[in-house]
Amino acid sequence: MLATSAVCCREHTYRQLTIKGSDTEVNLVVALAEAYMERDSQVSISVTGGGSGAGIAALINGKTDIANASRAMDPAELALASARGVRPVPLILALDAIAVVVQADLAVDSLTLAQLSGLYRGTVRNWRSVGGPDLPVSLYGRQSNSGTFAYFRDSVIRGEYAPSLKQLNGSAQLVEALRKDRAGVGYVGAGYVRQADGTVRQGVKVLKIIVLEGRPAEATLSPEAVYGGAYPLVRPLYQYVDGPPKGALLAFLRFCQGEEGRRLITESGYFPVPAAAEDWSPPPTTWVDDAK
Amino acid sequence: MRSRLVRQIEDRLMGWVFRAAGMMAVTVLLGIFAMLVYNGASAFRTIPWVEFFSGAEWRPSAYGRPSYGIGAMVVSTWLVTSGAMMLSIPLGIGAAAYLSEVASPGVRSLLKSGVELLAGVPSVVVGFLGIVWVGPWLARVTGQSNGLNALNGSILLAVMSLPTLISVAEDAIRSVPRHFKEAAYALGADRWTTLLRVTLPAALPGLVAAVILGTGRAVGETMTVLMATGNAAALPGGFFDSVRTMAATIAIELGEAPYGTPHYHGLFAVGGVLFLMTLSFNLLAERIAARFRYRA
Repeated sequence: MLATSAVCCREHTYRQLTIKGSDTEVNLVVALAEAYMERDSQVSISVTGGGSGAGIAALINGKTDIANASRAMDPAELALASARGVRPVPLILALDAIAVVVQADLAVDSLTLAQLSGLYRGTVRNWRSVGGPDLPVSLYGRQSNSGTFAYFRDSVIRGEYAPSLKQLNGSAQLVEALRKDRAGVGYVGAGYVRQADGTVRQGVKVLKIIVLEGRPAEATLSPEAVYGGAYPLVRPLYQYVDGPPKGALLAFLRFCQGEEGRRLITESGYFPVPAAAEDWSPPPTTWVDDAK
Repeated sequence: MRSRLVRQIEDRLMGWVFRAAGMMAVTVLLGIFAMLVYNGASAFRTIPWVEFFSGAEWRPSAYGRPSYGIGAMVVSTWLVTSGAMMLSIPLGIGAAAYLSEVASPGVRSLLKSGVELLAGVPSVVVGFLGIVWVGPWLARVTGQSNGLNALNGSILLAVMSLPTLISVAEDAIRSVPRHFKEAAYALGADRWTTLLRVTLPAALPGLVAAVILGTGRAVGETMTVLMATGNAAALPGGFFDSVRTMAATIAIELGEAPYGTPHYHGLFAVGGVLFLMTLSFNLLAERIAARFRYRA
């Protein structure tokens, strides 16, 4: 049923758009869809979460027009897509920076990537070891089915999480827990701690990240550091479509990257994709090996 | 007036209806068990038995090789449950004794409706109170940096199992024949001695049943512990450690475990173990209750 309706609509103009996937992106995309539907009453857009994997599976099965994904499709998914005659086209909706968060009163302002990895592996157990007060570290993270959990494991820890990691069921709950725990450390998408004006939510502090020990530059979570490649924990948020977009789908994707779309992205705490390639240098790929 | 034949047919028919209703519970129970065994057994095609039952680490989304050991979560489940029971058994039986033996009828009806209302509080709300209220309070009192630990879960589960425990225990105490107490009073025993030496021992089978039902409520409770205990997969060293129970693990991970993978089947195996644990506990407790009943 759904497959046939998708075929029928692809030849005419899109009227009904379906978007599914990443939970990191869902609030942002709902805001974009609502703003777009106010402009164009001929189009109705439904947005659901479910996770990056669910969105990609729906795209492969022809059940969604856009798959939101906070990670790239893996080789198995690409092979399955081509076997089904689906040609996934990745578009970057925005950049997401992962913030490392502690309680506002903790006397630690920055961590090196190596220290961060040590904390989360469980080899560094006291804040004293990283220049803080004499307090046992209390680790917070997301639950294991989260894309952010996997990103942090693969890009920062590059090893196993300490079993003492407290796994919280959502980014908002994680921020609340960190506000109350004087020895806690956790990570969330920048949108959950950064407000529209660039300030940080009350009660918590976003740590600066030192990419290499001894290197003077500390990376604050700021647009300059994100675009300049100085802030290491940046990942693209994708929108996957099947083949070159047309009609209403194309119009919506253009809207997302237009003036109002970019304003909404910034207001939600994410970073719009730079207009020109020279405005963005991705973080160097060598830092990860030094973090071991 | 209906004929005798019609009445006979009616009787027969209703007999079948009620028999089917009675069988239904058993059928559903067997169906659930078969489904758990079928899905859970597939897990052991990829997960070694030894690793599953003796391994402490449950790490399905590892950086390296995933490991599927249920040790830590079994210990966590019993830690939280036994903590809850240590709090709720004295409180619950004390409250039941007060309600049935001491309280005036007015106070009694007021308190009973309070207990019944407590039973209606959704587990999400209890978990929420655990995060915003019990957790920070525990952290302050115990000097820990946070209150997302096993003790928090135990306190919340004790509160949640109290209504069941109190209602069943109160029924048990009230059903002790009046002449038992009258005989005690006639021998010169005071109210306290009568309660402790005559009424409570006579009510013991019912009290055991109350404790079992309360424990059953606590051991499988998911949402509250999921929200309040921090969900760390480590083997707990005490009540101040963050824990993750079996039920919480299933609730967190089943929604996103890809169908047919070892992780998916492993979660069913965890469910099967949890089911067997509660089932054997219930059977054992029923035995104990029956033995006391014959002696009394």
